[in-house]
Amino acid sequence: MTYESSRLRISAVRDVMRIDFVDRDILDEATIRQIGQDIQRKLEPMSAPKVLMCFTVVEHLSSAALGTLITVGSLVKKKGGKLRLAEIRPEILEVFYITKLNKHFNIDESAEAALKAFA
Amino acid sequence: MSARTEGHAILRGPRAEIDACQLAVEQAMAQHGYGREALFAVRLALEEALVNAIRHGNRHVPDGQVDVQWSVDGDEARFEVHDQGEGFDPDAVPDPTQDDNLEIPSGRGIMLMKAYMSEVEYRGPGNHLSLVYKRSKVA
Repeated sequence: MTYESSRLRISAVRDVMRIDFVDRDILDEATIRQIGQDIQRKLEPMSAPKVLMCFTVVEHLSSAALGTLITVGSLVKKKGGKLRLAEIRPEILEVFYITKLNKHFNIDESAEAALKAFA
Repeated sequence: MSARTEGHAILRGPRAEIDACQLAVEQAMAQHGYGREALFAVRLALEEALVNAIRHGNRHVPDGQVDVQWSVDGDEARFEVHDQGEGFDPDAVPDPTQDDNLEIPSGRGIMLMKAYMSEVEYRGPGNHLSLVYKRSKVA
């Protein structure tokens, strides 16, 4: 089953909630707020969620977007779940390394690798 | 290399104004032959600078404006961003890369600007930001 908001495509892959970003740019404050709210709404009824966020189409993201990822990560952790990030372009991956958020998040090269890591 | 390209914008806050400013800068840089890596760096740094100025700098300034000036030539791209707020002490912003701060959702804008630009300097009381991207920075 796939759920679509204007900014996200959310699907279930076995017991993993896969979230794909629709926008190439995750910069606008209103967009970032909406992404955060949409994900939090989906997580609300879940316990110990396994969440995979795929950045396949994302070309730019801001520090505000990183902030939302951290908030989502904290919520997943609080619920006893696991969050993995995947399919991040090299330029964007560099942003994670610069901010040392590569230490905070589990990052996989591909969605397939992330799904394997969840298993 | 071709002559310097200069531009100026006044931003009041709407996203469309930031996008228009970013597009004008991108066009000026492309005109001077800057590549994808440079465009990515400047777009990211300028995004952080403009959003900080609008959201934090002018937070307590009714109808506040942000003045942006840029100047691009074959060697470098320079930006001056002024907001109308009281300013702040950039050195007082906690280091977001410290282990204890990794879970804090905010405070990464300045470090990203410093990582991607050749020079980042807050002037005056902290409401005037100068950014420089030097072409030699590109490998």
